[in-house]
Amino acid sequence: MKKRFQMKDLECANCAAKMEAAICKLEGVHSATMSFMTQKLTIDADESQFDAIMDQVEAICRKIEPHCTVKR
Amino acid sequence: MGTLTGRQKHTLWRIVLSALLLILARLLPQQPFSLLYYLVPYAVIGWDVLWGALGNILRGQVFDEHFLMALATIGALFTGEYAEAVFVMLFYQVGELFQSYAVGKSRRSIAALMDIRPEWANVEVSEGEWHQTDPEEVPVGACIVVKPGERVPLDGIVVEGASTLDTAALTGESAPRRAAVGDSVLSGCINQTGLLRLKVTRPYEESTVARILDLVEHASEKKSRSERFITRFARYYTPCVVAAAAALFAVPALLLALLPGEALPGFLAGTLWSDWLHRALIFLVISCPCALVISVPLSFFGGIGGAGRCGILVKGGNDLEALAHAETVVFDKTGTLTRGTFAVAAVHPAGEHLTPEALLEMAALAEQWSNHPIAHSLQAACPRPLDPGRVEQVQELAGHGVCALVDGRKVCVGNRRLMEEQNVTVPPCTLPGTLVYVTAEGRYAGYIVISDQLKPDAGEAIAQLKKLGIQRVVMLTGDSEEAAAATARQLLVDEYHAQLLPADKVALTEELLARKSAKGKVVFVGDGINDAPVLTRADIGIAMGVLGSDAAIEAADVVLMDDQPAKIGVAVGIARKTARIVRQNICFALGVKGIVLVLGALGSASMWAAVFADVGVAVLAILNAMRALHVPSDAAR
Repeated sequence: MKKRFQMKDLECANCAAKMEAAICKLEGVHSATMSFMTQKLTIDADESQFDAIMDQVEAICRKIEPHCTVKR
Repeated sequence: MGTLTGRQKHTLWRIVLSALLLILARLLPQQPFSLLYYLVPYAVIGWDVLWGALGNILRGQVFDEHFLMALATIGALFTGEYAEAVFVMLFYQVGELFQSYAVGKSRRSIAALMDIRPEWANVEVSEGEWHQTDPEEVPVGACIVVKPGERVPLDGIVVEGASTLDTAALTGESAPRRAAVGDSVLSGCINQTGLLRLKVTRPYEESTVARILDLVEHASEKKSRSERFITRFARYYTPCVVAAAAALFAVPALLLALLPGEALPGFLAGTLWSDWLHRALIFLVISCPCALVISVPLSFFGGIGGAGRCGILVKGGNDLEALAHAETVVFDKTGTLTRGTFAVAAVHPAGEHLTPEALLEMAALAEQWSNHPIAHSLQAACPRPLDPGRVEQVQELAGHGVCALVDGRKVCVGNRRLMEEQNVTVPPCTLPGTLVYVTAEGRYAGYIVISDQLKPDAGEAIAQLKKLGIQRVVMLTGDSEEAAAATARQLLVDEYHAQLLPADKVALTEELLARKSAKGKVVFVGDGINDAPVLTRADIGIAMGVLGSDAAIEAADVVLMDDQPAKIGVAVGIARKTARIVRQNICFALGVKGIVLVLGALGSASMWAAVFADVGVAVLAILNAMRALHVPSDAAR
């Protein structure tokens, strides 16, 4: 399942790249792109695990950029 | 600077305040406690960086830029370089502010460019009465009213009224387009003069506006190779520079502590451990890769936006990048180089017993349900309306023609290949144009000559591509050899192939792909349904705009909103400019950083040089990247 999310307060391009790399490594994620320019996260992941994956995604984003949030 | 956000304004005030305090600290007499003078502006400008760095350490994020900046400036304070420490932090914040301002600005200008989303549709409830509805809720077949000055919310056909439409937002074309009863109107255009009543032909999700917005929003997902390279590079760059900084400090410091003065190697002689600390700090200041990481996607984003302004939709950064390396451009002829509006030029029945009108009517009836441009022109040439009840068992043979039962007789209409398949011998013909042969009950009945007109800018388009250094321009067509040769001569294409089936076009494209150089790309430009496989197979598929088929637009990498072939040269130009900017930025940023790293290690670069290599380079790279958004206004014509 492919879904797109709007990011809030994503401020550094390098952080966005780091988040993308970390999200891609999560189990159940087929592909992920974090666009710094459009502030959008696109995730293609297993539908059954999607909510659990999104919790992990939020944790990753918080860890790399504390005030950055994913609008779900 | 009226467009700064609250947070940006806040940072700007802190920068100004801190700069004033720094100047004040410099003016005060220096004494043993002067560190305190500098700590005030340092705290004003750097508290959030320090706080962020602390948080990052706790979360295990060591190579974060806040942490690196904090480490570098605190280190500078320790070595007694108070003014430098404050200045580095100050400049870092200036760079960050500028970066966020520039990114915001280019985001906004692209959003404004793509501000074509209709807010409402006036759905007619009864004669002369309508109410505003969300375009997504309007069903196909509904009647909507578009007042002058309003944006057309949904694709439709004019049922009443006449007006001119401003299509600039869609096509980049500034000349208004006329719309009268029976014309189809695209959503996203602005109605300029008269009231129009439209019958909706497509739901919102499939409308032109929705498709364009979807393409644009997805454009930044397909990242370019340069962008992937630079993010990968950044992942290794920072840890390496930090490790080098640690070594640059630790090794000389250890040697200085352990070895007696006369045993020291030459480069250590006469240095103190604090000199090496200072050099290591210079490394830390340069270790942030953000300028590089941001300038590449920013350039592509700008390039895609600039192309969009000319009515050229590029689906992704990777496509724009590939387009810059275009080496071979392959055109489909019909509908791409030619108007695709055929007109019957001559009708030649085979014998005395058949009149030209009867032959034409027979062919037009058989082609009744076909969407091919040839079918339309046959129908248009018939003086009487055609009765669909006379046709049965229609069979379309892609690349060949059509067979059907007309008035109970088996009629086949198509090209020479169809005749050969049916073992019908046809007389030779030298008239330029497309020949449509007709058989009735398996016997040759005659032929019809249909000719197509070149688009006015077709010749210019090809000349422009040659001027851009495209090595080979190829034309492919399903048309006859004669028609193709005539067009090829007129347009000066390097190579043409006629009488091709869709599968042949794919095969020929594969051949061209095999012949090109390693870095060169093969571009295919087409519009028809039959082109979808080739559009996918070529390195870059360009579909001719909203007039093309949905399948072709889906398969293409670049979509021309209008159907002017001259836009291809413009697209290649924009792609090359963007690629050039990206290359400049990468070389410049890496070059400056590299030089300052070397000079820093040798002890001849100051902290000021390091700040320039970090923030200065970021600002210049961003300014350069924003050039990609600007397209010369004459290119939009």
